[in-house]
Amino acid sequence: MLSKIFKFNGGVHPPENKLESTGRPIQKLGIPDQLVLPLRQHIGNLPKLRVQAGDHVLKGQLLAEAEGTISAAVHAPTSGTIVSIEEQLIPHPSGLPDVSITLKTDGQDQWLPHQAIDWQQLAPADLAKSLRESGIVGLGGAAFPTQVKLRPASGPGLKYLIVNGAECEPYITCDDLLMRERADEIVKGIEIAQHLLKAENCIVGIEDNKPEAERAMREACAKSSLKITVAVVPTLYPSGDARRLTALVTGIEVPSGKRSTDVGVQVFNVATLLSVYRYLTFGETTTSRIVTVTGNVRNPGNYEVLLGTPVEFLLEAAGGALSDTNGLIMGGPMMGFQLPAAKVPVIKATNCIIASAPRLFPEPPPAMPCIRCARCADACPVSLQPQELYWFSRAKNLEKARDYQLFDCIECGCCSYVCPSDIPLVQYYRFAKSEIIAQDKAKEAANLARERNEFRLSRIEREKQERAAKHAQKAAGAKADAAPADDAKKAAIQAAMARAQAQKTEVTPQNTENLSPKVQAEIAEADARRAEAEGASAVDAANQEQQEG
Amino acid sequence: MLIALLVMAGLALALGAVLGYSSIKFKVDGDPLVDKIDAILPQTQCGQCGFPGCKPYAQAIASGEADINQCPPGGEPGVKALADLLGVEPKPLNAEHGTPKPKSVAVIDENTCIGCTLCIQACPVDAILGAAKHMHTVIASECTGCELCVAPCPVDCISMQPIGEHVDNWKWRYPVFEIKQAA
Ligand code: SF4
Ligand code: SF4
Ligand code: SF4
Repeated sequence: MLSKIFKFNGGVHPPENKLESTGRPIQKLGIPDQLVLPLRQHIGNLPKLRVQAGDHVLKGQLLAEAEGTISAAVHAPTSGTIVSIEEQLIPHPSGLPDVSITLKTDGQDQWLPHQAIDWQQLAPADLAKSLRESGIVGLGGAAFPTQVKLRPASGPGLKYLIVNGAECEPYITCDDLLMRERADEIVKGIEIAQHLLKAENCIVGIEDNKPEAERAMREACAKSSLKITVAVVPTLYPSGDARRLTALVTGIEVPSGKRSTDVGVQVFNVATLLSVYRYLTFGETTTSRIVTVTGNVRNPGNYEVLLGTPVEFLLEAAGGALSDTNGLIMGGPMMGFQLPAAKVPVIKATNCIIASAPRLFPEPPPAMPCIRCARCADACPVSLQPQELYWFSRAKNLEKARDYQLFDCIECGCCSYVCPSDIPLVQYYRFAKSEIIAQDKAKEAANLARERNEFRLSRIEREKQERAAKHAQKAAGAKADAAPADDAKKAAIQAAMARAQAQKTEVTPQNTENLSPKVQAEIAEADARRAEAEGASAVDAANQEQQEG
Repeated sequence: MLIALLVMAGLALALGAVLGYSSIKFKVDGDPLVDKIDAILPQTQCGQCGFPGCKPYAQAIASGEADINQCPPGGEPGVKALADLLGVEPKPLNAEHGTPKPKSVAVIDENTCIGCTLCIQACPVDAILGAAKHMHTVIASECTGCELCVAPCPVDCISMQPIGEHVDNWKWRYPVFEIKQAA
């Protein structure tokens, strides 16, 4: 069945460079001596460690569990011993180290006993809990924890379940190969997601440059009891962006500031759904993923790699990088970033490693001033005004940049790609975004500090008042006791004594506790004498008062 | 003539009543200018400005008793924001009040701490936990880096440690690409 395909604004069509890596089937890579597993492999909170150095773990064993709502667990990709838990270089644009678990593998690849999860019978709450333990994140590259998106629907279900097989970025082919080879498993994953989210329509979106994948998916979908539509979309970057694909296959535009679920849509990558299937049907947690290795390497291709495998190990399998290689890119050429070193591990978000060389990625010519040609605005798939965003970001006029919807920018790079002045526009947007985020955080911290400071001041004030009130009460209480005595003179004496007593307790030093009984007795005697004397003077005072009165 | 006078007098009375009423009806609690200034100040509560906290400094700026360049944690951007708000010229920070430092948090050496509670009494934001004679700890996320707890410690066990750059607070740099003039 052919489904209607809509359009989105802008987009570009860079050279695809995909054929290099689709020549051979997916190859399974061996087990390296050591795996490095960063705790931060997803968007959200850092998971909580559940193991220590020295522990022996089995394949699939929980190493760190999800913490808070948006987080994902980390599991052992193979059996072995944990040698350290410390900061290691991770694949991140900052090039900074982060907490990682280093696992010395034992070569046995021994699974922790695991079993199927009865997802059709399980209560929604238990199923949500189970998915939380799965560690599955979006494998398209965004690495958003899937458990958050798969919470079983309680009310009415989704209108559209969209399965993302567009894979629009040049060079990357891991989803293409996965669809060609494992379409049946992907479709089983779609069935599960449809069941959990009660989706009315299921649509698989694939770009028209992947006819083999399309055919395989069609065949697999035909076998399913579910009606799943395969929609072939034109090859136009960034059709694989979730919102662009939604617009392409449904015609629905998700408004700025809204989530796709607000309009009844949820998008999953094909590899993610395959992981969901393997987890629920066999109890297998995510231990490996498919990575495209391409660019300046001898044998480009797709490899099934244990998470934590060093990138250099993977490069070796691809025949090694050629001698003029000048860097490694994780992700595609449009949205990827330079790896800080070849020893960093493959993580859940690693969909592609490109060895770069001047031949493939020539140094861009120096940037020229913006000539306001508005070509960037024509190319922007989000219909932003990139030239204005550039202007404000460059001038560090951050509030203005925010007003021009900077945060709707998906950093796709279409604008930089078409800019005749070769301005690295996206780099300005990234700078402005992280600057604004930092400022917002500082503002939040300042508000918290103000609140806590005000709370402290009011507490001190309250304590002062409470102390004063206590004194007043004591004095008043003493007076009230004395009142029934009808002899006015006696009452006056009592009141005066109470006053004196109150004054004295206020100035009594608090250092009398640790003295010997003898000394304390002496002090008590002296106190008694003093009280007598004061009492006498109080009588004098009372006499005087009476005489005057 | 008389009518004109009466009309004018009547008008004056009516308008006066409106003004009087609105001054009661639309009376604002607190001073909005002070709050606006306070919103710009970093709330470190360190007192380097010469006032016992950010709010008192905000009040002093609002009443003209203090200059806008006395807050080192706010730095030059803080001075600029204050200048923009008040419509005056920005000026360099007054070095008499100190110079900006990288953001730090207090760390208590738990082996040396004697549990005297002096630092707890000094902390303006209650960021230190502990009871008498028990060792104390700083809640890093709530510490403003004001350094007020450092001096009171009788055993010198509090040190200020710069936060530094981590994956979660790292920022993309400003692009350094030469912009060439078109010939
Ligand atoms: S494409 Fe480049 S030169 Fe043209 S308006 Fe956009 S930023 Fe300016
Ligand atoms: S990077 Fe941002 S501004 Fe540029 S085209 Fe993509 S979405 Fe538009
Ligand atoms: S812990 Fe010390 S440095 Fe931190 S806010 Fe409290 S007093 Fe200031």
